[in-house]
Amino acid sequence: MKQILLSSTVMVGAYFGIAGASGTHASAAELTLCWAAWDPANALVELSKDFEAKSGNTMKFEFVPWPNFADRMLNELNSGGKLCDLMIGDSQWIGGAAENGQYIKLNDFFDKEGIKMDDFIPATVIGYAEWPKNSPNYWALPAFGDVVGWTYRKDWFSRPELQAEFKQKYGRDLAVPKTFAELKDIAEFFQKRQIDGKTVYGAAIYTERGSEGITMGVMDVLYSYGFEYGNPKKAYELDGFVNSADAVKGLEFYKALYDCCTPPGHSDAYMSEDIDAYKSGQVALQMNFAFTWPGIHADANVGGDKSGYFPNPAGPAGVQFAQLGGQGISVVAASDKQKEALDYIKWFAQPEIQKKWWALGGYSALRSVVEDPSFATSQPYAQTFLDSMAIVKDFWAEPSYASLLQASQKRFHDYVVAKQGTAKDALDGLADDWKDIFEDEGKY
Amino acid sequence: MLHSSIDRAAHATPPVLARRITGLSDRAIAWIFVAPSIVLLLAINIFPLIWTVRLSFTNFRVNRPNEPVQFVGLRNYLNILTDKDIWLTMQATAHFLIWTIVLQVLIGFALAYLINKKFRGNDLWTTIIVLPMMLSPAVVGNFWTFLYQPQIGLFNYAIGFLTGADPSSFSMIGDTSLAPWAIIIVDTWMWTPFVMLICLAGLRSIPSSIYEAAECDRASNWRQFWTITIPMVLPFLMLAILFRGIENFKMFDLVVQLTGGGPGSITELTSINLKREAFEKWRTGYASAYAVILFVTVFGLASIYVKALNKVKQR
Repeated sequence: MKQILLSSTVMVGAYFGIAGASGTHASAAELTLCWAAWDPANALVELSKDFEAKSGNTMKFEFVPWPNFADRMLNELNSGGKLCDLMIGDSQWIGGAAENGQYIKLNDFFDKEGIKMDDFIPATVIGYAEWPKNSPNYWALPAFGDVVGWTYRKDWFSRPELQAEFKQKYGRDLAVPKTFAELKDIAEFFQKRQIDGKTVYGAAIYTERGSEGITMGVMDVLYSYGFEYGNPKKAYELDGFVNSADAVKGLEFYKALYDCCTPPGHSDAYMSEDIDAYKSGQVALQMNFAFTWPGIHADANVGGDKSGYFPNPAGPAGVQFAQLGGQGISVVAASDKQKEALDYIKWFAQPEIQKKWWALGGYSALRSVVEDPSFATSQPYAQTFLDSMAIVKDFWAEPSYASLLQASQKRFHDYVVAKQGTAKDALDGLADDWKDIFEDEGKY
Repeated sequence: MLHSSIDRAAHATPPVLARRITGLSDRAIAWIFVAPSIVLLLAINIFPLIWTVRLSFTNFRVNRPNEPVQFVGLRNYLNILTDKDIWLTMQATAHFLIWTIVLQVLIGFALAYLINKKFRGNDLWTTIIVLPMMLSPAVVGNFWTFLYQPQIGLFNYAIGFLTGADPSSFSMIGDTSLAPWAIIIVDTWMWTPFVMLICLAGLRSIPSSIYEAAECDRASNWRQFWTITIPMVLPFLMLAILFRGIENFKMFDLVVQLTGGGPGSITELTSINLKREAFEKWRTGYASAYAVILFVTVFGLASIYVKALNKVKQR
């Protein structure tokens, strides 16, 4: 009898113990964060351990390689799937995600938690968080600041014999180019040159057809040549802006750069192909997003003092812009764990976490981090990042951005890589395509 | 023993259930067995097809759930059939289809003819030849991307070795005149073994007595080939053409992996174009009309072809 009583007591105790334990766990959740599979995502996994320790929530990550990222994640959003509680989606998605109710609006949350958008780099707020643009409606917290810039072989540039030859040929020092014309001279100088017994080439630039590659590359040049997405005084008036004479010259320049100075077979290259070309010592210059710089700096072959970084050069009129990359972090409207997801954003927005984020290899968009006096010298590429973020422009963030992007991908690739038609034809065609899309959207 | 097992099973069946089963007609039992398949077919094939046709008359976009869906009549169909770019993708598809079929049938038949001859190690050769079709198209695409690499690719090196040209002076997948041929070469490499196997089955089905009779009639080898071999293998060849035609009409993965539809849009086949409309631009209604047009085209052509095939078989 005594034994039965004891066993019963133990069982009851065990029952309440288990119930109590599960009660504790009921407040903890497993959050899934969706992003692209790349180096910064690994840094975020590391960073998020702090959130797990402090909140008791566990983090699960769904990372998809860049070429399939948009397909996979937009499918998830469009189908109202519950896979992702948090989404670090591309900046162009903001318009569609806001209008279609796929992200939750964060204004009230920001107000309640004292998160101020003024604390973030203005370009990242406009690019990653706002819809409509330039209105105080926020759908994301700037999470990863990114921008297209250039990497160059500092060790090659500093060789006395190359410096002498370059000076004799071009009448100036072999140094970081300030204009695109100078950049092309350098790329031509290195094209098919023998360095250490190996044939090297000028520049690795974006030419990819399938997703967004060539558009991201061409836009870098077009902005600095005078391209505008439309009349600043009249929305969606494209003629004379998209296909302006300056824009035509910019597109012609990009094609000339592709024809003269890229490695053989560089006809479908985006981020990873450019990194490969650079890291394998094939090219003197590499166009790529800033996220690649920590990896290059740490690389055994081209890292350390062998590489230098510079922002997108200026166009013929001295105008200088760069294509914005990067993303904001949003809470998915279909998620059942919105409260916990918001807790994550609250945690992520803290200055000390943002500082740690930068230290781990993530590009913080928080001004207190990037404007800290020690930031510019904290890494060899930090100043270039700051300079680049000051000159950014972004592609359309309209709900129909995918159609707009597909049109530019086709027009640019047809002209630059497939050698069809003229630059004027390509930009006239692009303006027509975009007008058709906006007409379909009821913008006229 | 068998009897006693059946008896035991019969006795084990409860009498009420046994009576019920016994009371069913053959037709009812047949329906019980067939019904799950029919339900699945309706759910997975027929319903989506009908739904696609319905959507093709609307401006529905799957990524705009808040927007009202409007009936647009035949507008999507008219837009597709008058779109110059879509006709270019049709041309690219036709070019790919015709050349892959011609090459695969010719080479496949030739290989089958050689393999059919008795020689030492022909089983080993058959296995080696068949290997490419066992690989995944994505893997093959990736693999050939490296082979076509101007700087390190074996294909370019081989062409350079044979012609004396600089291997890095041309790019199979980066040049508009070469890219269509680059994908034709890979598809032919991968799927010729399939045609070869079908042809081999055809060749081995020809009774040797026919050739013996022809020998008695002093028919030359050439005469035997044209009057016995070709007519007897023709239905098999036509079947191979049907399979490869349908497969290549919807070709997607291999081309995406190799060229992504580029350079420019020179290798953008209809399947790639349709995917861009449906899952990148999210023009669901438009893409549905596009899919219906392709379905009707393939279905129509295949029906005509199957009739021709039946006529050949009846000869």
